[in-house]
Amino acid sequence: MCQDHQHDHETNVVPVEVGHRILKRNDAAAVHNREHFLADGILAVNVMGSPGAGKTAVLEATARNTTNSAKFAAIAGDLATEHDSERLNLAGLRSKAIQTGQACHLDAELLHKALHGFSLKGVDYLFIENVGNLVCPAVYDLGQSLNVVALSVTEGEDKPLKYPTMFQRADLVLITKIDLLRHLPNVNVNKIYDAISRVMPSPRVIQVSALDDTGFEEWLAWLETKRAELLQPAYA
Amino acid sequence: MHEYSIIQSLVDSVESLAREHSASVHHVYVGIGELAGVDCDLLQTAYDTFRFATICENAPLTIDRIAAQWQCPRCGGPIARGEILKCTLCDEPAKLAAGDEIVLKRVELEVA
Repeated sequence: MCQDHQHDHETNVVPVEVGHRILKRNDAAAVHNREHFLADGILAVNVMGSPGAGKTAVLEATARNTTNSAKFAAIAGDLATEHDSERLNLAGLRSKAIQTGQACHLDAELLHKALHGFSLKGVDYLFIENVGNLVCPAVYDLGQSLNVVALSVTEGEDKPLKYPTMFQRADLVLITKIDLLRHLPNVNVNKIYDAISRVMPSPRVIQVSALDDTGFEEWLAWLETKRAELLQPAYA
Repeated sequence: MHEYSIIQSLVDSVESLAREHSASVHHVYVGIGELAGVDCDLLQTAYDTFRFATICENAPLTIDRIAAQWQCPRCGGPIARGEILKCTLCDEPAKLAAGDEIVLKRVELEVA
């Protein structure tokens, strides 16, 4: 009715201080997942690493090296296939796939949805095998208690320096495929340790080979110790 | 490329804030830590692509880059970037005092 009439509205610019995390919705879902895991006595482990670092092979070997694989389960994130989940099921590690489509990482809501209809009864350890990527997965809390990064000996000794966020948030680095070292005269494992100690404040490293099962006793013992440490308060 | 997913969450937050105040959006300010795992240039590109047809269409985004700061939790001494992350005096593992933020700092709203 007054379209031809020029309004001279004064607009006031009002600053609103916010100061919350942009991913607060993901964080809330992660808190919810974590509460479930801890209440059910489950140690949830976010397993990250580059494509081809050997994440699935580590989990297969974990199932092979334990006397009670029924205590372990896995959720495997993958862009386009269910291959990893199928491999884990064949290895005796009960698992379910999350196909992320184009998403380069898992998030807490995707994990939550995947866990509906996947029984965790009797499970002590849940591995969440993230999408192969050394950047994005580190940004999203899933509700895990521990972050583990698989880094293979062929990836380059300075990878931790190039991807500091991933390693800074790791509780443990698994140096994988160490059986290959005898073919790699130019790879110096001490240099990998040095790079890790410049990005990870309390470096903890285990060297493993999923080919000859080196290091799996130590890895399983580490998981057991961590479960006792982290779940005790829930029962106190 | 999780920067798009971060921008989606950012626009959702700004949208509900603007609705709460019955206002339009004038300017958005975020803080991104050096060790947050977010590329600021990609984040800016993602925002400029995604903001059309949203409440942020006319609101520029300012990204404050926050440098990583490691320090000793005991003596408070700084530990330089690239060094072994352990205090040489106290032998304590370093703590990250700043640099992992992905935070919506401030929104300037236009209220008629």
